[in-house]
Amino acid sequence: MSAHFWSVVKRDIKIGWQGGSTSSMVVAFFTIVVTLFPLGIGPEQSVLARIAVGVIWVAALLACLLSLDRIFQADYEDGTLDQYALSRLPLELIVIGKSLAHWLTTSLPLILITPLLAVLLNMNDAAFLPLIYAMLIGTPALSLIGTIGASLTVSLKRGGVLLSLLILPLYVPVLIFGVMAVDAGIRGVGSNASLLFLAAVTLFSLAITPWVSAAAVRLALD
Amino acid sequence: MEKIDTFSVLNLSVKRGDRPVLCGLNFDLVSGLLLKLIGPNGSGKSTLLKTLAGLIDTEEGDVLSDGNSVIANREWIARNICYLSHKNALKSEFTVLENIKFWANLWGCQNKILYSLKQMGINYLRDTPVRYLSSGQARRVALARSLCHPAALWLYDEPTVGIDDQGLDYLSIAMENHLTEGGMIVCATHDTLRIKDEMVKNFDLTKFSVSLSSSGDGCS
Repeated sequence: MSAHFWSVVKRDIKIGWQGGSTSSMVVAFFTIVVTLFPLGIGPEQSVLARIAVGVIWVAALLACLLSLDRIFQADYEDGTLDQYALSRLPLELIVIGKSLAHWLTTSLPLILITPLLAVLLNMNDAAFLPLIYAMLIGTPALSLIGTIGASLTVSLKRGGVLLSLLILPLYVPVLIFGVMAVDAGIRGVGSNASLLFLAAVTLFSLAITPWVSAAAVRLALD
Repeated sequence: MEKIDTFSVLNLSVKRGDRPVLCGLNFDLVSGLLLKLIGPNGSGKSTLLKTLAGLIDTEEGDVLSDGNSVIANREWIARNICYLSHKNALKSEFTVLENIKFWANLWGCQNKILYSLKQMGINYLRDTPVRYLSSGQARRVALARSLCHPAALWLYDEPTVGIDDQGLDYLSIAMENHLTEGGMIVCATHDTLRIKDEMVKNFDLTKFSVSLSSSGDGCS
């Protein structure tokens, strides 16, 4: 069972990096959005330092959103989802596997490039570690919640806009606690409380995503 | 292969959305027989196959295998049904062999990969990425993948679309082998399969299908 689970994850990771390499495009998108801010706001260092964390989080949210449709869309169109639904592996596990693959191919590269962009925005030195922690804990929730949205809109021809409307409001808690964790780190009051809230959001999405998303996929296959 | 002796559908009614598609459908199938679904476009052939595969919920009726109800029994379906829709479920990024291997692993039947590739006459394509294949070749790959499945009951939706004369021959031979081994096939097709007549049972869906023009919301 677990070998099959990992084979689904591996397959999606391979597709993420092979097929026109969506993953590298997401990273490029993230980088460009973040670099647009200094261009738009001006090079004043204190302003940039103040908005750095928020900009990075919002850009990460958008980059994640951009890649959500690929979780199920291609599999739905080419009939792979039908075969998954018929296979021995429960659809709930497949959904989690695809979500994990999405996180590994989208959010993880974003986290890796974040320190570089943080330097670009003149972010406070004390904020680096809290930001990385917050992203490591919080971004799985983005992939998980996004998986729900992707499965709900998979059978719609132009589901992209609806997907954003459905998902972005649900991303708000991640954004708030993600930014709060880093702020607390900068002020030196300890960011544990916010990180725990982020972890709670992630765990909650992990608990509901398999059931909700698998049910939505089954409805879409009807 | 886990053998099934009889497979029957009792009084099956199916709705898609609010629209009834099939009404009061009955058939019996015994081991070694192919049920060929015939009927005009839109008569519900694909719907019936999808329903038997458990992808569509039924409104009414039952599906029995050897006398036991197996409707919506996901575990039974995973073991005993091989479903090939009109979509090929192949990833263009991967080679033919990679595509087939993934599913064979999932189904636990890696030992049949080479045999099924040869059976569909596409062994020479095994290392070709699927994006380079013609639609007929891709269909053959999808068929070869289905041949790996250990299930006794095959549900094939238009398996012959795009394949050439030789492909049809290969497919017919594979089907005949499966039937001789005691398997069953339900197949929707408009082509003539080259299978012994006594193995084929025609089944016309027209009288069970609810036409688009008919009014009313139930079976009549």
